[in-house]
Amino acid sequence: MRGIEDIGRQLAEAFKNYNADYIEARLEQSQTSYISYRGKELESIGRATATGGSIRALVKGGWGFISFNNLDELRGGIELAVKQARLVGSEESKLAPVAPVVDIVSSGVDKNPVTIPLAEKKLLLDEYNDIIWRTPKLQTSVIGYGDSHKKAVFVSSLGSYIEQERADITLRLTAIATQDGEVQQAGLSLGSRGNFGAIRGLHQQVERTAQHAVELLSAPKAKGGEYTVVLDPVLAGVFVHEAFGHLSESDFVYENERLREIMVLGKKFGSKELNIVDDATMPGLRGSYKYDDEGVPASKTYLIREGKLVGRLHSRETAARMGEKPTGNARALNYRYPPIVRMANTYIEPRTLSCDDIIGDIKEGIYVKNWYGGTTSMEMFTFSAGEAYMIRNGKLAEALRPVTLTGNVFITLNNIDAIGNDLDMNQGGGCGKREQMPLPVSNGSPHIRIRHCLVGGG
Amino acid sequence: MENILNQAKKVAEEAEVFFVSSEETPVRFEANRLKHIEHKQSTSVALRIVRQGRIGYAVTTELDDSQSLVSSAAEVAQFGMSAKFEFPSSISYPTVEVFDPNVEPVTIEEMISLGEELITAVRGHTPDIVCEAEVVKSAISVHIINSRGGQAKYRKSFFTLGIMGSLIHDTDMLFVGESESSCHPLSESKAIAGVVLQQLELAKNRASAPSKPLPVIFTPHGVASALISPLMAAFNGKLVLEGASPIGSKLGQQVFDNKLWLWDDATLAYRPESRPCDDEGVPSQRTPLIAKGTVTNFLYDLQTGALAHARSTGNGSRSGGRLPGPSPSAFVIAPGNTTFDEMVQDIKEGLIIEQLMGAEQGNILGGDFSGNVLLGYKVESGKIVGRVKDTMVSGNVYQVLKDIIAIGSEAKWVGGFLQTPHLYCPSLSVASK
Repeated sequence: MRGIEDIGRQLAEAFKNYNADYIEARLEQSQTSYISYRGKELESIGRATATGGSIRALVKGGWGFISFNNLDELRGGIELAVKQARLVGSEESKLAPVAPVVDIVSSGVDKNPVTIPLAEKKLLLDEYNDIIWRTPKLQTSVIGYGDSHKKAVFVSSLGSYIEQERADITLRLTAIATQDGEVQQAGLSLGSRGNFGAIRGLHQQVERTAQHAVELLSAPKAKGGEYTVVLDPVLAGVFVHEAFGHLSESDFVYENERLREIMVLGKKFGSKELNIVDDATMPGLRGSYKYDDEGVPASKTYLIREGKLVGRLHSRETAARMGEKPTGNARALNYRYPPIVRMANTYIEPRTLSCDDIIGDIKEGIYVKNWYGGTTSMEMFTFSAGEAYMIRNGKLAEALRPVTLTGNVFITLNNIDAIGNDLDMNQGGGCGKREQMPLPVSNGSPHIRIRHCLVGGG
Repeated sequence: MENILNQAKKVAEEAEVFFVSSEETPVRFEANRLKHIEHKQSTSVALRIVRQGRIGYAVTTELDDSQSLVSSAAEVAQFGMSAKFEFPSSISYPTVEVFDPNVEPVTIEEMISLGEELITAVRGHTPDIVCEAEVVKSAISVHIINSRGGQAKYRKSFFTLGIMGSLIHDTDMLFVGESESSCHPLSESKAIAGVVLQQLELAKNRASAPSKPLPVIFTPHGVASALISPLMAAFNGKLVLEGASPIGSKLGQQVFDNKLWLWDDATLAYRPESRPCDDEGVPSQRTPLIAKGTVTNFLYDLQTGALAHARSTGNGSRSGGRLPGPSPSAFVIAPGNTTFDEMVQDIKEGLIIEQLMGAEQGNILGGDFSGNVLLGYKVESGKIVGRVKDTMVSGNVYQVLKDIIAIGSEAKWVGGFLQTPHLYCPSLSVASK
């Protein structure tokens, strides 16, 4: 079979024969391996390879998109994509201008993690699983490890040719404790941009997670209601992603007049202390990249500066339609999907307070840590903490069952009244939007304090 | 495929080849107008072998590279679980109708007009609403062969029609939506539009919920968003085997209200989750899970069933291209005899939950759920008075389903994987601003 590089170049040549406002193609070759445990036993172990591609065409503002595994006969594919686009199009095409790019980007890891022998990966996971199983009252464990290495070729009718490689690793460990028909669980999620070393040496964290699952069996449930809550950097990262990040994705906003009015630049969302950034150019994070899936260079974008809305994330189309600059945030999960506006690495900038300063003057509140998950409806968001503790008289007190927090973005960001100095980026997350998930992203924050946060009870 | 099987047999005692190909044509509307037409074609082949008693597995989209597929599976087999099962040999399958040849010929133009009709109907009622709609036709073809002479082959067609609308006033947002799917082509948008219009009507007024325990009616969507994930986990034979299911040791015991009946059913004609056999070639069946509140079965694939000394229930599923594991096909909750109106009339002060956001993020295994009422209504003195917001509802599935006041007389499909009536429960914890 011909290499995807050759096929890409030929497609780029063939684009010239079609009458469309814009055409692009992405071709990918990927390898993955995974190991999962349920309990002491290996549940699943395997390898997969995939080769596929997609072609996207724009005619008069309408898009056609085709995806395929069979890389022969792609001329017919271009024709179909253009024909579909023509059927949709009824106005003027608008794409923010970008310069054509020719570049080759390596994965940046010394060793492709997929090629590490399964035996070596299994040895490490066995060590972690043994730690979980040594914990008294532990019923069972679930471990999921996955790695991937992908080479993607992007070509467009603008004349761009970009080859990008990326490697990715994820690890999720869950410890499950039971007693008298009660089931409680605690988890640890980690990831890295293809560096296997990043998931070594976690023995203490794994032990702590397993112990926490057991502690939860005797922990009380929180009483539902409004509390002052303090979020650790991991959960605050999920919070900033869910509560604000998604709202700054312009594909939700650009064709919705009402949302455009609400999301007008300069609008106040929080205190002067609050800065929120999305930055795909940070080196070595899971959400980082050099070019997005429309061939636009990645950038650092301030979304909120000194509490005011100052920017948002764009694809070429949303940028053009809103008269703003493209930010390089059009990302596709893989070749099966068209790129849509996504976050990369999203975080709250650190300020000056220590964690003790933040907790110190709370008479009664809840400290929440780690994540189960989070979701948003734009206005409302919920996110759930893996661990929760009462705060009494400025000190951490008893552990609580995991809690779910909810809020309204237009109110809650204003209720952040303290921001710590301890920024930490969490690499364990995957983001879902429409049907594309999990997309590698990272989120971060220092410790933050939110007043009047609604906590679900038991 | 035979070629892969033959090569695999040279290095392994047993082998199975699973081939799936699919074609999908989505037509998508954004901001009330047609925006994308897509066509997605995919093929993949998975090889599962038993080598020196252990399971090896590999998947690829590169159909002509059988050599690497066989060698990857052989590498994996060094670490694989020991195989406790046998591949099914030649058997006969039930007739489960899942292919309608009339889906393929539906034209893009017809799909476009369906989407337009739907949006026009909803905007005719509420001109300010911004709609996304999706009309999708697709077909998959599955072929399984194994070294014991087992062979299964089927085609399935689907058609989906759905709409999501958002209505924004200042910073207040309302989200409504409905979708329907079938193996037949859908040509009727009125019923779907009708559901959305009803949501819009009920949400017109605002009401506030107090922070205290309240009776709750879960609509079919509400059941899907709040209660089903924990049950799907609890009946999974793998979790039962590990002791992680709260009902794993309660087979034959009454755990739920005696009005509750639940089946897993992969044999319903022309339903998108139906099929003649599962992803391991085991015949599909209808498995009773809860009968009169009593736990009657768990769901198994071949390997888990063998480990648990139970038979596969035909629930082997390869999600994400991975090794088969037990997974529900479609959950069906039997209707009761109380109408929705009767439920509402019975409530002095309570809530109707249509969509609970975030309920699946908690301790699903333990049955706890807690979520923001994304779409829900307040009931006062037997009448729906308006939409509630800034409200969280929490509970535990096992407590909620132990004591049900009434089960709705009409069951409805939600998201293709659940058919359920309304459920009316006496008390749930509500926290509100």
